[in-house]
Amino acid sequence: MTQRTLRLVPGTETLASRPLISSAALGMLLFVLVELMMFSGLMSAFSIVKAAAPGGWPPPGQARLPIEETAFNSVVLLASGAFLLLAARRFKLRRSSASLPLLVSGLLGAFFVIFQGVEWVGLVRQGLTLTSSTHGSFFYLIVGMHALHAVGGLGFLLSTWVRLQRRSLDSSVLVATQIFWYFVVGLWPILYGMVYL
Amino acid sequence: MAQSAQTVPHGGHEHHESHGLSYYLFPLDHKIIGMQYLFTGMFMALIGGFFAYAFRMQLAFPGMSVPFFGVVSAGEYNSLVTNHGSIMIFWVAMPVLIAAFGNFLIPLMIGCDDMVFPKVNRLSYQIFLLSVIVLITSFFVPGGGFGGAWTAYPPLSANAQYSLTPLGSTLWLTAVALEFVAFLLGGINFVTTVMNSRAPGMKLYDIPIVVWMIVIASILFTASVGPLIAGAVMLFMDQVVGTQFYDPAAGGDPVLWQHLFWFFGHPEVYVVLLPAMGITADVMVTFARKKLFAYRTVLYTAVGTGVLSFTVWAHHQFIAGIDPRMANVFTITTLLISIPIAEMCFVYIATLYGGSITFKTPMLWALAFVAEFLIGGVTGIFLGASGADIYFHDTYFVLAHFHYTFFPIAIIAVYAGLTYWFPKMFGRMMNDTLGKIHFWGTIIPFNMIFLPLFLLGAWGQHRRIYSYQNFPELAGDTMQNLRILATLSLVTMLLFQLVFLYNFFRSMFKGEKAGKNPWRATTLEWTTESPPGHGNWKEMPTVYRGPYEYGTPGRDQDFWPQNEPS
Repeated sequence: MTQRTLRLVPGTETLASRPLISSAALGMLLFVLVELMMFSGLMSAFSIVKAAAPGGWPPPGQARLPIEETAFNSVVLLASGAFLLLAARRFKLRRSSASLPLLVSGLLGAFFVIFQGVEWVGLVRQGLTLTSSTHGSFFYLIVGMHALHAVGGLGFLLSTWVRLQRRSLDSSVLVATQIFWYFVVGLWPILYGMVYL
Repeated sequence: MAQSAQTVPHGGHEHHESHGLSYYLFPLDHKIIGMQYLFTGMFMALIGGFFAYAFRMQLAFPGMSVPFFGVVSAGEYNSLVTNHGSIMIFWVAMPVLIAAFGNFLIPLMIGCDDMVFPKVNRLSYQIFLLSVIVLITSFFVPGGGFGGAWTAYPPLSANAQYSLTPLGSTLWLTAVALEFVAFLLGGINFVTTVMNSRAPGMKLYDIPIVVWMIVIASILFTASVGPLIAGAVMLFMDQVVGTQFYDPAAGGDPVLWQHLFWFFGHPEVYVVLLPAMGITADVMVTFARKKLFAYRTVLYTAVGTGVLSFTVWAHHQFIAGIDPRMANVFTITTLLISIPIAEMCFVYIATLYGGSITFKTPMLWALAFVAEFLIGGVTGIFLGASGADIYFHDTYFVLAHFHYTFFPIAIIAVYAGLTYWFPKMFGRMMNDTLGKIHFWGTIIPFNMIFLPLFLLGAWGQHRRIYSYQNFPELAGDTMQNLRILATLSLVTMLLFQLVFLYNFFRSMFKGEKAGKNPWRATTLEWTTESPPGHGNWKEMPTVYRGPYEYGTPGRDQDFWPQNEPS
């Protein structure tokens, strides 16, 4: 990454601008904007098809989604977000103390993804597949797309943790990771409300 | 460019890499990446132009064996039309206007040595190149290239039984998806670079308009492409996995695609229009030797246009069975969006007023852009009104209308930019006489292609018809003669592009040396060598004033570069 060197020229010190938001964070914000719009597209498509379904939703004779188990899993994901917040606060005070909450955040996130995988296996056994109906198609598409983002986010969390262990973690990278993971965590309750309830 | 990039000292900057073969194969330098985008875009424009030639010949002389192509079959006709549209928008307008000019100009115009994320930038081009390869592959697979129109409405695009191009449609969709990824990476880079890497002293209102426009366009693209990605994933799954998102028989909804597509598709018009407007503004001020009239108004208007462009998409669907009350809303928003664009045209005219204008080739292109785009804009009002659109929908009137917008954007503004920044890109001047021959040889035939098509459309000629012989009321001599006129004009226009190619490649090696600032312009890119070396400046510039200070009273020169202390 090249960073231009800010050289102070007499008379222009006041004009030389320091970035308001670091480049890593700004780039990540733009990326999250794309993903947010993509999920809006998916969700609006889903709600249109859901509203137009002749026999009500979910269509009669289709597998029931595990509402309670997923509610528990949602709490796990939210806790993961909370631990990342804690890690970021500790990072500001003493860098090394952020290591444990960051690790816990990643582990809780991994638990969320694995728990969902187990859920999917159960649903497929009950006959709900990608092609069985639009119910199944939208369920696997929306939840699967979120799971992909969760896996990507876990990658960010892992690389952030490794950098922290090596003492090479830049605070702007931590901010970028936070932006992405809060997006993954914050989007989930909305998806849960729309798809499961 | 090659040699000078190696000989110019780097002014104490970090080296990206050594200058071996890998420097050109896998470059990090924004200028080289810009050139890669430019040349790939030009290559794709040749393919797109050739496709237009082949299907226009079929329309003018049905069933004839077209020279260099052969007899155009009905399936091939569909594929040619579809891929002409896709190529010209996704593989010519976007890569040249945004990626090529954006990559080349942004660091040079805001005074930094490279993009903020050079490796992301390199990845962007590599993914783009992959998309080109996938698209070209799709022409040669069994069944041929995708023929369901560039808008890819299901069920035609979703179901191989209807489209008869099982592989072609999937490859086409994959290529478009890859191309989006490439531009997202590029767009994130552009916005971040302009926000965080400007030269000391360059405030937000000191940024040249063309850079602002590319930034706003990138934000528009970022914000609008998400729903289309969602729609494309669903379409891909319908094609490959066998889901039924768009199949009404299984509870899906085909109009859903139209909403997701056009939610992106209409902002996309402004994604390419705004950089074209920006290029025009920069060229006009230089050759009118006058400050841009109402800089801030142009900027705010562009932002307003961008916001409004998210609210107009359903005007493409007036006859797709949407609620007429909804059509009323979209008619109003569509007519509203013509106001900011008209305002920008007035601002440009006000910039010209009282200027001391020289008609160099770039200036001719810039003036032609405003004039021709106005025709496109004015005819759009008929189509935006739902009542008139019921008749005009899917006729050649629509086709002529959007060619009067897209041709000025993707061709005329690009020529304005290319002829203007050519000296900076290659260090030599283009021949002005050949430039003017090429200009008139393009503009006159362009109008002769599309003015007749307005008439044909108003007389009821529908789009995407292989041959009009089977439609007695459309097959008369008068209408056929207009089709022949349009086709012959197209051939003339394409032949005149050879003049440009000759001038372009000859000037690259034999043109007159340009020097740092041949147009006596004020923005930062003209303060460094032509072509700029690696790292762009030996000593990085500092900015003291706005971008368009021409004719300041009490100075010897009529221009005042941004980096000159008072």
